[in-house]
Amino acid sequence: MSVETTTRIGEMFERCRAGRRKAFIAYLTAGDPNTEQTAPLVLALERGGADLIELGVPFSDPIADGPVIQRASDRALRAGVKLSRILEMVREIRRHSEIPLLLFSYLNPLMRYGFERLAKDAANAGADAVLLTDLCVEEAEEPVRKLREQNLDTVFLAAPTSTEQRLRLVAEHSSGFIYLVSRTGVTGEQASLSEALEPLAKRMRAFTDLPLAAGFGISTPEQALEAASVADGVVVGSAIVRQIEKHMADANIAAELEAFTRRFTAPLRAQ
Amino acid sequence: MSAISLPDALGHFGPYGGRYVPEVLMSPLEELERAYVEARQDPEFRAELNSLLRHYAGRPTPLYFARRLSESLGSAQIWLKREDLLHTGAHKINNCLGQILLARRMGKRRIIAETGAGQHGVATATVCALFGMECIVYMGEEDMRRQRLNVFRMRLLGATVAGVANGSRTLKDAISEAMRDWVTNVGTTHYLLGSALGAHPYPMMVRDFHKVIGEEARAQAMEQMGRLPDSVIACVGGGSNAIGIFYPFVADKTVRLIGVEAGGRGHKLGDHAARFSGGSPGVLHGAFSYLLQDEEGQVGLTHSVSAGLDYALIGPEHAWLHDQHRAEYVSVSDADALSAAKTLARMEGIIPALESSHAIAEAIRRAPLEPNSSFIVNVSGRGDKDIDIYRENMPELDKT
Repeated sequence: MSVETTTRIGEMFERCRAGRRKAFIAYLTAGDPNTEQTAPLVLALERGGADLIELGVPFSDPIADGPVIQRASDRALRAGVKLSRILEMVREIRRHSEIPLLLFSYLNPLMRYGFERLAKDAANAGADAVLLTDLCVEEAEEPVRKLREQNLDTVFLAAPTSTEQRLRLVAEHSSGFIYLVSRTGVTGEQASLSEALEPLAKRMRAFTDLPLAAGFGISTPEQALEAASVADGVVVGSAIVRQIEKHMADANIAAELEAFTRRFTAPLRAQ
Repeated sequence: MSAISLPDALGHFGPYGGRYVPEVLMSPLEELERAYVEARQDPEFRAELNSLLRHYAGRPTPLYFARRLSESLGSAQIWLKREDLLHTGAHKINNCLGQILLARRMGKRRIIAETGAGQHGVATATVCALFGMECIVYMGEEDMRRQRLNVFRMRLLGATVAGVANGSRTLKDAISEAMRDWVTNVGTTHYLLGSALGAHPYPMMVRDFHKVIGEEARAQAMEQMGRLPDSVIACVGGGSNAIGIFYPFVADKTVRLIGVEAGGRGHKLGDHAARFSGGSPGVLHGAFSYLLQDEEGQVGLTHSVSAGLDYALIGPEHAWLHDQHRAEYVSVSDADALSAAKTLARMEGIIPALESSHAIAEAIRRAPLEPNSSFIVNVSGRGDKDIDIYRENMPELDKT
């Protein structure tokens, strides 16, 4: 499948490519620490230089997440966040920003909402893509069809353990970009970047022209730079969520998050 | 497609089952499936497993006619399949012996498992001791409190019991934590999943390792009763003992298959683990099946006096048997299960596990309504591990 250039995500990666820089992708859990703060925090991440936002839709049993994002999911669920409310947040963000927004979740909450209804409501609200951690390509035909009908990108994960045959299927089902899981493990900060990333990026590249973004375990600006040398974008999740957790009672949380984000994006732009 | 040939190549029982896991686990699951299918056809593997089941675990288990219990209920006959007599005290050892041989064959030396009541944890710790493998058992802290004796047994057997403080601190959270470990250590580690749950090939493989229960029961019925039973009754948490005894009877259309879920203390979400009456199709821990969940698709909390039945999703093959009307599923309350345990102890000198007590309660309820009919009840485990809970609930017997 060729590179989509008509979506916000496709255009963003085109701009990065033209500017000879790598994209910075930031994750936060929608509704963490409460439903009112998500839109302002997304805008702070954008001011800090983020190119795309992964908006986590919390699930009660996040098997692919480490303790930091588990706690964020708990806070968001306790704050009473619902998928319909998250789509309102998307609408609110869209009143101020054109930053690409990806809904990042597990299958069950979205399946419960219904993919046809979700595709329409998410597209109307201004979301751009969906990534479901526990939805593998074998089971994805119907969700992919319904999401694509509404021009939403479908992003799948490629892992160091994926066989060549699986990487081919991941490429066939993905649009917008492909998310490289840089190591075997759950989300969370790591002391060093996994050596598994570079070979995975090379193997994946053989099957696709889509941009490749690396994530899982990237928590410092140094690791982000290193990952950016082999991918088109880097994703930082737990480190950002930890900042939100640390500053959640502070009035200046947005400014803190913006400054934290800039520590990652400034070196990436200086390349 | 006949039920006997299920699941399909991707692990589906009708719409249920499948593989819903992070991509990191997909290739390892494919590898596990290949290794299992290969082992299943290897006469040496089968011979070693059968020898262990016989000489180590104590198979075959008896099919025992519960004469006093039956007579007290009228003209029906209640027969007990005595899985409680197996080594480690429950059916769980059947599957653990199969999977540990498979792990050895795959060159995996580190074993992880989840446990609810502790029976699967004890069986896993046992086979790890037998084969000299490292063993880590994830267990919710609430279950550790409820099943202290089994926690100690696992430690005595050399296993590490890792307490899980997330969520409801029960089986569901223990499985999530075991899956996180597996995602991280998949190269060296085999996840010895203990029920007919999770992503393909687990529901199929766990069923296959337990179908010996039903195969024996069927042959014993022909020999001892001279015919097939009218009904087979088993409790269903994830559903491993139930699918093990049901499966060899699925083609016998005259035999009613009755699964018993935990009715807990009420009908409200959070007060029971009755997935068919209170749940709807959804995905948890790798499989699509009936799930207790709220309007937003968040997994519901469950309650049962029995830790082994306290789980939000039912094994996918049960969902299929339910929708095909091949098996029926009912629920039994905490109170009725406790009462059935006492009845069986007093009438037959058998103290059943709380899980199995749910199946016994259903037989006690049905027997007077179905004169002259015959029931096989799977006594999936013995009650030693539940003595603390029996004591709490029967204070009249515990006066000093």
